[in-house]
Amino acid sequence: MSERYFPNGMPAPMANTTMLPWWQAAAEHRLVVQQCGACGHTRFPPAPICPECRSDDAAWKDLPGGGEVFTYTIVHRPIAAEQELPYLIAVIALDDSGGLRMISNLVAVAPQDVTIGMRVEVVWEDMSDDLAIPRFRPAPN
Amino acid sequence: MSARKAHIVGVGESAYARWGRIGDVTEHALACQSILRAVEDAGLSMDDVDGLASFAEDRNEAVFLAAELGLPRLRFGNMVWTPGGGGGCAAVSNAAMAVETGQAEVVVVYRSLCQGQFFRFGTGGIDASAPVDPAPPTVSQTDSMMISSVGTVMPYGLLMAAAAYALPTRRHMHLYGTTNEQLGSIAVTFREHASRNPRAVMGDRPMTIDDYLASPMIADPHRLFDCCLESDGACAVVVTTAERARDLAKRPVEILASEQGAPKGYAFGHFTNANIPDDLYATGGTEEMANRLWAKAGVGPADVDVAQIYDHFSGCVLLQLEDFGFCKRGEGGPFIESGALAWKGGSLPTNTHGGSLSEAYIHGLNHVVEGVRSLRDESTSPVDGAEVCLVTSAACVPSSALVLGRK
Ligand SMILES: [Zn+2]
Repeated sequence: MSERYFPNGMPAPMANTTMLPWWQAAAEHRLVVQQCGACGHTRFPPAPICPECRSDDAAWKDLPGGGEVFTYTIVHRPIAAEQELPYLIAVIALDDSGGLRMISNLVAVAPQDVTIGMRVEVVWEDMSDDLAIPRFRPAPN
Repeated sequence: MSARKAHIVGVGESAYARWGRIGDVTEHALACQSILRAVEDAGLSMDDVDGLASFAEDRNEAVFLAAELGLPRLRFGNMVWTPGGGGGCAAVSNAAMAVETGQAEVVVVYRSLCQGQFFRFGTGGIDASAPVDPAPPTVSQTDSMMISSVGTVMPYGLLMAAAAYALPTRRHMHLYGTTNEQLGSIAVTFREHASRNPRAVMGDRPMTIDDYLASPMIADPHRLFDCCLESDGACAVVVTTAERARDLAKRPVEILASEQGAPKGYAFGHFTNANIPDDLYATGGTEEMANRLWAKAGVGPADVDVAQIYDHFSGCVLLQLEDFGFCKRGEGGPFIESGALAWKGGSLPTNTHGGSLSEAYIHGLNHVVEGVRSLRDESTSPVDGAEVCLVTSAACVPSSALVLGRK
């Protein structure tokens, strides 16, 4: 198992059939976005059709896992039992994603050291055998 | 003007209280009480009411209220399909549309919240002090798009609105140098306005900027006093045609314009959407709608005498001030610092009731109520000769807004 950052009591994902394959990829430690087969536009979260050309032809594109902090907040109230405070929620701009971002956590960094624009990389936290959550830590220089 | 042009002719509310303090009356009963008071304020009878409208996943369905209130008929029962507090002005807009097109004659817009009787907003019903389920966590399937959308960000702990809307505010601070003190000035100003309002839950709790800076951090940059109250209470406004409005009890307030909506790709807004375009991210997402609103109303930001701006969080007020053109993009901080929002001496007296930060959190329908009072000289922080009032609903979600005019 990977290093742990959050307790098991954190809310688990809830997903419809469009989102479910994303979590299945996550369980394999693959960070993916959807890419339109017709026009190449990328999208996250996944959706049934491309909002740019309305094609329903799409494939999963694997991302390298790097990114940068677009914005963040330092949260001082617990969501779950046994949670370490404060914790960091951030919007990460994802490398090679066609300009996409995702909401995640920053881990292995002190809140006062976080800056907008800092380089980060994905770190997978295995919450159980079939649930892995992508969080982000500072990228090595 | 068309004989059917929509006007607001009555307002009413229950007592407002802190979260959980109204436990002996149902949310439904509170809705009835506010509706009866608004209709009485208008000088109408319940027999005149033939429409009911609400928003924000209201638990108090119009069909039951219509029966309980003994309406002779329900011709128009409407719920806005916009998340949470974004829909308050839209509910008024839909009521206006109904009376202007003859779908109904008198529509009451209502919102009732007894939050203590239901699970607390921002927790998802999860009790952080409860023991952890020993079962290994796993993905659960849902058929609901909304639950799937929220369920995509919940694993990161994003459940509290205070954290979600800290994200665009933090970005704004980064881009433009907006400060905590500027955010605090919003909270302090609205608290001062509440000090004259006997309905305000925080009316007897004065606050200085030092009090603000000493308040606990919730989700940086949001301190406790940047966050709206959690309240129990209900309010209602009555909408009818110009023709009906003419001989009623109070001076009617004209709905000069109303607009609702969201920009392309906005979905549920900042809460679940990290992919709001770069040029819209550090905004309230309401600029495009604001431009539609001004064009329709035939007035602009410079014509506004008093504003009631949805204040779920202080930062969202700042973002809306820029969206609606009261100052340039990025200049919200200095605009606030100039004292613009103050009742005394401000260029744009804002939230003269104290807002959701200090009067009560009734999903912003109380801002519509105050908008009406401010054009009837009934506000406890009156703006002399006010003729045009802007009322907005929540920013950073699909939203809505009204321009109200004195007759
Ligand atoms: Zn496409």
